[in-house]
Amino acid sequence: MLKLFRFLRPYRWGVALVMALVLLQSLSELYLPTLMADIVNKGVIGENQGYIWKMGGFMLLVTLGGTAFSILASYYSSKVASGFGLVVRGKVFSHVENFSLQEFDKLGTASLITRTTNDINQVQQVLIMMMRMMIMAPMMSIGGLIMALSKDAKLTLVLAVAIPVLALTIYLIVRKAMPHFKSIQKRLDKLNLVLREGLTGIRVIRSFNRLEHEKKRFEAANAELTDTSIKVNQIMAFMMPLMMLIMNFVSLSIIWFGGIRISHEHMQVGDLMAFLQYGMQIMFSLLMMSMMFVMVPRASASAVRINEVLQQEAVIRDTDGAGRAGAGSLQSKRGTIEFADVTFSYPGAEQPALSGISFKANPGEITAIIGGTGSGKSSIINLIPRFYDADSGSVRIDGRDVRDYTQEQLRAKIGLVPQKAVLFTGTIADNIRFGREDASDDEVRHAAEIAQASGFIEEMQEGFGSPIAQGGSNVSGGQKQRISIARALVRKPDIYLFDDSFSALDYKTDAKLRAALRSETTEAAVMIVAQRVSTIMDADQIIVLDEGRVVGIGKHKELLKSCEVYREIVASQLSEEEIA
Amino acid sequence: MSNHDNRPPGGPGGKGHGGPRGPGPGFGGGPPGMMMPGQKAKNFKGSFRRLLGYLRPYRFKLLAVLITAILSTVFSIFSPKILGQATDKLFDGIMAKIQGEAGASIDFAGIWQIVVLLAGLYVVSSLFTYVQQFLMAGVAQRTVYHLRNEVNAKLNRLPLKFFDSKTHGEILSRVVNDVDNIANTLQQSLTQMITSVVTLVGIIVMMLTISPLLTLILVLTLPLSFLVIKAIAGRSQTYFKNQQAELGQLNGHVEEMYTGHAIVKAFGHEEKSKAKFNEINDRLYQAGWRAQFVSGVMMPLMSFIGNIGYVAISVVGGILVTRQSITVGDIQAFIQYARQFTMPITQTANIANIIQSTIASAERVFELLDEPEEVPEQQGRLKSSEVHGDVRFRHVNFSYKEEEPLIDDLSIDVRSGQTIAIVGPTGAGKTTLVNLLMRFYEINSGSITIDGRDIAQLKRGDLRSLFGMVLQDTWLFNGTIRDNIAYGREGATEEDVVQAAKAAYADHFIRTLPDGYDTVLNEEASNISQGQKQLLTIARAILADPAILILDEATSSVDTRTEIHIQQAMNRLMEGRTSFVIAHRLSTIRDADLILVMNKGTVIEQGTHAELLSRGGFYAELYNSQFTGGAAASAAGAM
Repeated sequence: MLKLFRFLRPYRWGVALVMALVLLQSLSELYLPTLMADIVNKGVIGENQGYIWKMGGFMLLVTLGGTAFSILASYYSSKVASGFGLVVRGKVFSHVENFSLQEFDKLGTASLITRTTNDINQVQQVLIMMMRMMIMAPMMSIGGLIMALSKDAKLTLVLAVAIPVLALTIYLIVRKAMPHFKSIQKRLDKLNLVLREGLTGIRVIRSFNRLEHEKKRFEAANAELTDTSIKVNQIMAFMMPLMMLIMNFVSLSIIWFGGIRISHEHMQVGDLMAFLQYGMQIMFSLLMMSMMFVMVPRASASAVRINEVLQQEAVIRDTDGAGRAGAGSLQSKRGTIEFADVTFSYPGAEQPALSGISFKANPGEITAIIGGTGSGKSSIINLIPRFYDADSGSVRIDGRDVRDYTQEQLRAKIGLVPQKAVLFTGTIADNIRFGREDASDDEVRHAAEIAQASGFIEEMQEGFGSPIAQGGSNVSGGQKQRISIARALVRKPDIYLFDDSFSALDYKTDAKLRAALRSETTEAAVMIVAQRVSTIMDADQIIVLDEGRVVGIGKHKELLKSCEVYREIVASQLSEEEIA
Repeated sequence: MSNHDNRPPGGPGGKGHGGPRGPGPGFGGGPPGMMMPGQKAKNFKGSFRRLLGYLRPYRFKLLAVLITAILSTVFSIFSPKILGQATDKLFDGIMAKIQGEAGASIDFAGIWQIVVLLAGLYVVSSLFTYVQQFLMAGVAQRTVYHLRNEVNAKLNRLPLKFFDSKTHGEILSRVVNDVDNIANTLQQSLTQMITSVVTLVGIIVMMLTISPLLTLILVLTLPLSFLVIKAIAGRSQTYFKNQQAELGQLNGHVEEMYTGHAIVKAFGHEEKSKAKFNEINDRLYQAGWRAQFVSGVMMPLMSFIGNIGYVAISVVGGILVTRQSITVGDIQAFIQYARQFTMPITQTANIANIIQSTIASAERVFELLDEPEEVPEQQGRLKSSEVHGDVRFRHVNFSYKEEEPLIDDLSIDVRSGQTIAIVGPTGAGKTTLVNLLMRFYEINSGSITIDGRDIAQLKRGDLRSLFGMVLQDTWLFNGTIRDNIAYGREGATEEDVVQAAKAAYADHFIRTLPDGYDTVLNEEASNISQGQKQLLTIARAILADPAILILDEATSSVDTRTEIHIQQAMNRLMEGRTSFVIAHRLSTIRDADLILVMNKGTVIEQGTHAELLSRGGFYAELYNSQFTGGAAASAAGAM
């Protein structure tokens, strides 16, 4: 938590100002009882009405001043806390934007989202509370103690006993309740999990007729949660009454011992009354502070998660001198991809996902990759735009190692169509232009035509201006895929990467699209990952992968003769006459 | 990863009611002034009454809570007045001394009596407060426990149609967030409401007994407080709404950019994305600090008004004492009352807000409880082992929405043991057919029979246990692999599980895992591959040993070589059983006894592979399109 507060640095003067203002406010708040004591001591006992009026006016001024301080404090603390949120949010977001896929895998997309949104909010909320109460509490206590001391040092002993007792009581109760709070969170998560599983698996549960079983599971989780909640609340039920009791006994002691002091003429009645109020104010501010015990741990869990994100260094960075003409020489034609003995493993994995991969893809050719699940097809694609870096060997584009480009330069050469089509909010045209912002209307239209998307786009009411909802939920999977293909096409890149991008299309559209693509990509290198043999049979070069290794490279017919794995794949999909 | 990361995304119902509230009781309804735009209930009275109904079983406990709450409050209200008497005794003694009366001294015996009395009062009052909170903890949590179970049971009885129209987040938010909101309110705000009201009334009474004039002065400050509350609450609500809106936009942008991270990077849009984020973030900052500030002003202003009262009491009270119409102890007591006076007022305002949002929450939960359930089931029994598997669809009509018929006059005749393949483009209604067969949805007209018995006449459980299902999306739960396979049949032995796994070609990979059958699948089951998950679901279906099999794109995420193995297992499984197979891959359906070609909700062609090809219709076109590329390849190969 404290680590995060380094982002308060630009606001340190604001924080100092808030502290000063809160101190002033506390003092004015504490000064009122003193003035009242004067009214009693001098005005009432001395029966001097003029004095009473005068002091009354003075008190009004003090309270006005206190209010002004406190409003100012609220103004600055709002600005500081919101500013803190602004800075941290901006830092985290821009940091995450620089992450490679590797960091996304590590932390998880959903988790990153919560960290950037909910967690920062949580910390910001607590910061606001801290500025309002946590600063107030020590100020009040210190101010109150000073005032009390100035009135009567000996009577302050009562407070000196009471404050530690109160603090200890709060500490003991919180210490007892804290583990339960934690387990409530866990049990709540468990309940959530059971419930969510019940929702996602609803068909399976009903078809296996296991409703009763699921119900029992839910009820068990629910009962656990309820038990813990009851326990926590019963522990916390001690808190308020005990606090009140301590506070009340403090006022009793003040009256009793104060009375003795008064009878010995060590202090005056008005002072005693003021003293009572100091005591209350100190105790109340301590009570407020105990609230923080509940809030701070929650926020600090959030803070830890935010810090984790900030400390995660992006593995893939532009190397020094990257992108300069001198770094690595350009020997090959534009649009050449070359893998030279590339080995790659995902972080934490035991087995490398790719080992010893070598091949070359030339412009104007189609290179297809086929293989079983987990054979490393997508890994090859991911290495080209440097979503990951190879462990050894090198990936070269146009004869130059991908690490010698800046990421921007490198990716400008590539048009990627991912396995899972991702669209963004905006119109269809916006989404296609995501590929190249200055594309003209005609270019957008042309790209859509080749991607076999213009048909359904024109059927929509607003054509290319039709809005896409968040996550593209208002278009079908096949339509999404075609829009994302158009997005890559409009970029007119040197290299096209299709990562199993035709899976949601029916055979007919798939075939048409591939035919149209041929004419469009005569000068670019095209790499296609596919499951269906029919999609890649006509490729110039087919790379057959098995468990991260290349087991065959060649054309369909050659591979049928030479590659056992390829034959098996083909046999599983096509009948005899079709293979021939 | 920490558990916190798996919080459900607050659905539309889950956002922003009540504001963040700590779990601890006794801290008041959140920080004062944190007024989020409260959600209004549509039918406050009705929902409130219904919620009260849930508290009925605890009415005696609640009565006890009420009584203890009132008692503890009353006792604590008396104490300032009594404390004031102690001060009076001190003051009188001093005054006597000052006026030089002979033998004048402070009546310490009297004071001691008061102190002892007060100590007793305090202890009793605290005790009552404790009892009240202790009891309420049980009542609140148990009420909510039953409510949660009721909602869950209700979910089990709802038709699938309901789940199609709601996101998981929405449903989760009702069962978790809304119910939680109710729990918090029951725990904290309800008793607070009682004590606030009692305190308010009690204080006014006590103040009146001390001095009607001072009471009048204090009451005069009340309209002022209400004005302030109203002005600020109104304004802060608009600001909070703005803030909420900006926050929503920001969250939306973050979600979109993070989920599309690879694309953003691939197309080099990082800078644009950051720029947009900063723009929204800036707007959020502007809206945010205003909202915080305006709501933060509430406290100082309220205490300012309180202080005006304080000053007035000190002055007027002081003068009254000099005229000897009240005592110094009275002033002291009055000041204490005055301090307590504004608190219940702000609290009640706050609680009113919270109760509004709680009733709104309750309403959303009740809405769910009132959803129409599945058609009540008939009692017809059917045992899986006695079923042959003749399935008939007769003139079946079905639509999700009334105007758009999805299945139109469909008739199919399937004999026991046949394999029926269903093909067609996405959205043609293939999965709907299966849903109807398992009675996840009710048909509008026509009939579906199994062995001549109308499925509408059967118990749902009996009907569904006839089927074994392997779906495209592999659902596994957070548990061991063994438990997941055993899910297929209650009371399956270890031997059964292993046999099923072997038959599904899953045994080998399971044994290569470090914990074998005891490997615990994590929440997203991401510790095994998609293909492996599929194998487990197949093993599960094999274990269930159903009369009729349904394979819905079951092998789509398994690579074709593994698929061969699975296919072999499937073929063995399908022997003698009626099977419905939905697939994209034509190769897997060529051997079916009957192929149903669906398009736009109707079966447009039926027949065997050869029949359909020779007919040269939709199927033939679909089938041939697969190989246009193939022709090009052979041409290329020949060059």
